[in-house]
Amino acid sequence: MAELQAGTPEESAFLAELIDARMLIGSGVPGLLGRGERFERIRAAVDALITRAGADEEPERMAFPPLIPRRQLEQIGYLKSFPHLAGSVFSFEGDEAAAAEQERKASLHQDWSEHQSQTDLVLTPAACYPVYPAIAARGPLPPEGVVVDAGGAYVFRHEPSGDPARLQMFHQREMVRIGAPEAVLDWRARWRDRAVELLRSIGLDARFDVANDPFFGRSGRMLARSQRAQELKFEVLVPIASPQPTAVASFNYHQEHFAEVHGLTIAASDGQPASAAHTACLGFGLERISLALLRAHGLELDRWPAEVRERLELT
Amino acid sequence: MSDATVIEQIRNVIAEHARLPGEAADLPAGASLYEAGMTSHASVSVMLALEDAFDVEFPDRMLTREVFESIDAIAAALSELAVGSSA
Repeated sequence: MAELQAGTPEESAFLAELIDARMLIGSGVPGLLGRGERFERIRAAVDALITRAGADEEPERMAFPPLIPRRQLEQIGYLKSFPHLAGSVFSFEGDEAAAAEQERKASLHQDWSEHQSQTDLVLTPAACYPVYPAIAARGPLPPEGVVVDAGGAYVFRHEPSGDPARLQMFHQREMVRIGAPEAVLDWRARWRDRAVELLRSIGLDARFDVANDPFFGRSGRMLARSQRAQELKFEVLVPIASPQPTAVASFNYHQEHFAEVHGLTIAASDGQPASAAHTACLGFGLERISLALLRAHGLELDRWPAEVRERLELT
Repeated sequence: MSDATVIEQIRNVIAEHARLPGEAADLPAGASLYEAGMTSHASVSVMLALEDAFDVEFPDRMLTREVFESIDAIAAALSELAVGSSA
């Protein structure tokens, strides 16, 4: 079982305050939290703010469940990079005697995993993953590529923590750009700057920085440094309750990685030969942005600054 | 182990693990492997395969992009770990 990352006193106090105010609903498992009605109003308002910010690109909207085929996780090498964060779905397989034995152990809260078999499903670790095979299935892309808005899908990360800003399941509002390298890089840079502006407009002290993914082990340290050296990942950070500002959005350039795995290509045109597509994605952590707003403006929504309420269309 | 043998073994590891589109045998020792098409993930495979081939462990400070940039850079790192003619 992954080790619990205990919250700092500030983080724990903020979590207690949010549960007390019925913004969040505890489950007894760290990082597994329900949300009250007022928290959901904020989260929906942030989601809508992002939709408005991206409307000019007329993205194609898609929505996916928080599960992807196990095979896809295997293909993209997720278990090489992040074996510690993945969650797979197992289900019972056996006869009546095995079912009875499983139930007996479960009722005593003992280990009943031996009666479980792996299914062909895993929990979605990043909301953009289902987009790449969906687009690849259409065949070569037009020269201008595509922009997809994958909505605010639930994603899973197995990292139990006492910090309310580190949930095991949360909403990642993702958008994906697939196209020629320059177009993809421009799009990512534009959105990074737009995100800083957007978050500042709702009263958050946002800035961006070069970042790396939490790759696993020694190989992971090399991948993380390589990712930083090439500036493949940026994060936008805002203060919540942690000693350091928390990442609330990330802007990732995957080069040809997903194109190679899924066979994403740009069709030949105007004398240009067909080429491998490049991809980038961006993700806003909706719960984290909502928490940052609560931390910055307080738990009483009607006392938030008028311009913030107006920008979020919170009436 | 002579320097020439070290270089040859590095070339073998690259041929097998760097997933380069071209022939690793033709690559000048000073040429950038990344420019030749080695991805970050492939560079990790190269690093692990070098550890196996030379029975060494790269210390944390060497787990960077630059150390695996070229055949020469890899040879220099290995010689720092006392692999080669001085060993």
